[in-house]
Amino acid sequence: MDFTFDGQQIAFRDAVRKFLMVEAAPEMLRETWETESGRSHELRGKLADQGITAMSVPEAFDGIGLGDLDWVLVQQELGYYAIPDSLSDTAYLAVHLFNHMPADVALKREWLPKIAAGSVRIALGHPINPFVSDAQLADLLLLWHDNEIHALKPAQAELIRHPSIDQSRRLYEVKWTPSRQTYICPARNGRDLGNAIVDRATLAIAAQLLGLAQRMLDLGIDHAAQRKQFGKPIGSFQAVKHQLADVAVKIEFAKPVVFRAAHALEQNKPGASVMASHAKLAAGEAARVAARNSLQAHGAMGYTWEADLQMFMKRAWAIDAAWGDQTFHKRRVADAIFADGAALGPGVTFT
Amino acid sequence: MRLEYTEPQRRFRAEIRAWLEQQVPQQALPSFDTEEGFAAHRAWEGQLASGCWSAVTWPKDVGGRGADLIEWLIFEEEYWRSGAPLRVNQNGIFLLAPTLMEFGTDEQKKRFLPRMATGKDIWAQGWSEPGAGSDMAAIRCKAVRDGDHYVINGQKTWSTRAVWADWLFGLFRSDPNSVRHHGLSFVLLPLNLPGITIRPIRQLNGLPGFAEIFFDNVRVPVENRLGEEGAGWHIAMATAGFERGLMLRSPARFQQTAKLLVNLYKQNQTSADADPSIRDAVIKSWMSAEAYALATYRTACRLAKGGQIGAESSTNKIFWSELDLLMHETAMRILGARGELMAQAEDASSYGWLDGFLFAQAGPIYAGTNEIQRNIIAERMLGLPRS
Repeated sequence: MDFTFDGQQIAFRDAVRKFLMVEAAPEMLRETWETESGRSHELRGKLADQGITAMSVPEAFDGIGLGDLDWVLVQQELGYYAIPDSLSDTAYLAVHLFNHMPADVALKREWLPKIAAGSVRIALGHPINPFVSDAQLADLLLLWHDNEIHALKPAQAELIRHPSIDQSRRLYEVKWTPSRQTYICPARNGRDLGNAIVDRATLAIAAQLLGLAQRMLDLGIDHAAQRKQFGKPIGSFQAVKHQLADVAVKIEFAKPVVFRAAHALEQNKPGASVMASHAKLAAGEAARVAARNSLQAHGAMGYTWEADLQMFMKRAWAIDAAWGDQTFHKRRVADAIFADGAALGPGVTFT
Repeated sequence: MRLEYTEPQRRFRAEIRAWLEQQVPQQALPSFDTEEGFAAHRAWEGQLASGCWSAVTWPKDVGGRGADLIEWLIFEEEYWRSGAPLRVNQNGIFLLAPTLMEFGTDEQKKRFLPRMATGKDIWAQGWSEPGAGSDMAAIRCKAVRDGDHYVINGQKTWSTRAVWADWLFGLFRSDPNSVRHHGLSFVLLPLNLPGITIRPIRQLNGLPGFAEIFFDNVRVPVENRLGEEGAGWHIAMATAGFERGLMLRSPARFQQTAKLLVNLYKQNQTSADADPSIRDAVIKSWMSAEAYALATYRTACRLAKGGQIGAESSTNKIFWSELDLLMHETAMRILGARGELMAQAEDASSYGWLDGFLFAQAGPIYAGTNEIQRNIIAERMLGLPRS
């Protein structure tokens, strides 16, 4: 039993954190929000230099060959810095698809090295989501149709942008016609792969929500320590302290749920899907409470465009419902615990 | 990260499971807050000790098994799974013993630990006073040095298990001129000394689960002091974060309750589903109990690798006490109009939930109120300014 990350995993996470601390300041986020594409090629290039786009790509295709546990730490940082990029869709989810699609070596050879190098974006259209993130900017769209997976260029589809309150999210409705030319994966594999992608996206968002929760807590603490009323920092008042303490409690008890889900997915453990759903529900609650309580600690400033908090709150509110909303994930947990013969109670947490 | 048990850990689980299957009383014991129940629970402590199961984390030479924290968690899982009796000597084994091991002399360890392990001495705690609850540094009960004795005068209150316990540990003001957390000493004393009056306090459930203790010139030998004179505050606090944070309430307790709650819900699903928020609360209960278990395993693994636990232990206290309330409130909602029935009622099948519901009300108060825990988190974990 060892519920800790190893030194290499921590070192990689620390390197990413140090890099983002410098490169992804809130001012950069604001600037990127305002651009037409909502994306920064410069930032994507630097993320690639850090090895993030190559993480999941096997070494045979110029990648690093890391797993879900390595990713979960990096995803937390992507959340903490609210990186305006659907990096995870390309470098984590699409790579998982390519890695596990039945024997299509040509596709792997074409796309994996480019993903590793950070030179392409891939957008995913799974029926669990009403929209496709970053479809306009993508070099390739991977879309599910009756469990089959199809690949096409954005130019082959009609894209209708649906603006999100989180301006770093670029959501599109994709109108397209499946054909023999677009078909790349049969339904029997496509369904299982789709489920695997939903699980990993769920985990990725859970980890990002943890990072976002921590960032919103940190912003709340900073504000409460500096802002003075009645001659004292408002953070010295118990009513403010206790709300922020509640956020810390939520984060503290969501973390191990997220980490365990990452371990279960990496090891293909039975029940991993339920663990991922649990992780997203726990991290989502932490992020929602962090948003509400940090906004409250900010006072009127929390309701402004000017305070940085807004960017992190909006990201959290938006992704909390992506890749399965609370209802979807709660139903998966409920199906598991209310099933006849479900293993419940002490001593069955690890099997 | 490796989330599997080792072979020795699996064997440990099999061993305690087999022992409990043989030994756990078929009939539930009466509450340990009755005279009869206290005696029965004391006997059970002796039975546990005969199998060397009463204090698994202690070193072998004082009656333990030298178990690490993972083994302790396994022990607790099997213990709660088996429906074994509550631990009447919890104050001694889980709160005092770690403190004794860190600060006690060899003589004190030999004198107190083996008798604690076998249930010969049941311990009560003496922290709170009428004027010192959450503000524990306001302690006034005096222990004034007179030669090789301390003379104790004053009052303690909310002293858990004190009605029938044998010994008491607590903080006393040994320097009469001191204020706040200075000048306090940590003293151990038998509750049958001349000058001690114990007045039981009836709890919410009607039973005397704690007591007031009055001291009138009670003479306690100096060798009963734990650690240096005047160092009592430091000693009381030193182990609070680590052991108390982790060991006061093991996750198995709440996982067992969550399982029973799922079963209760399924048995009453037709009526319960008339209010969908009940189902939601059951799901949340299970998830939170699981989260508490995962968090505790994670902490245990971090500690095993030389990590520290500080103010995070205050997050535990808040989390489990609020979870316990949620689970019992949800059960009461499912039980509806039968929830109020006492054990003596003809159909008393739901009484366990009512009893647990009453006890859950105490969770956010004892061992440092949740308000105090939130202050600790805000100031020591988050770095917010002191009030």
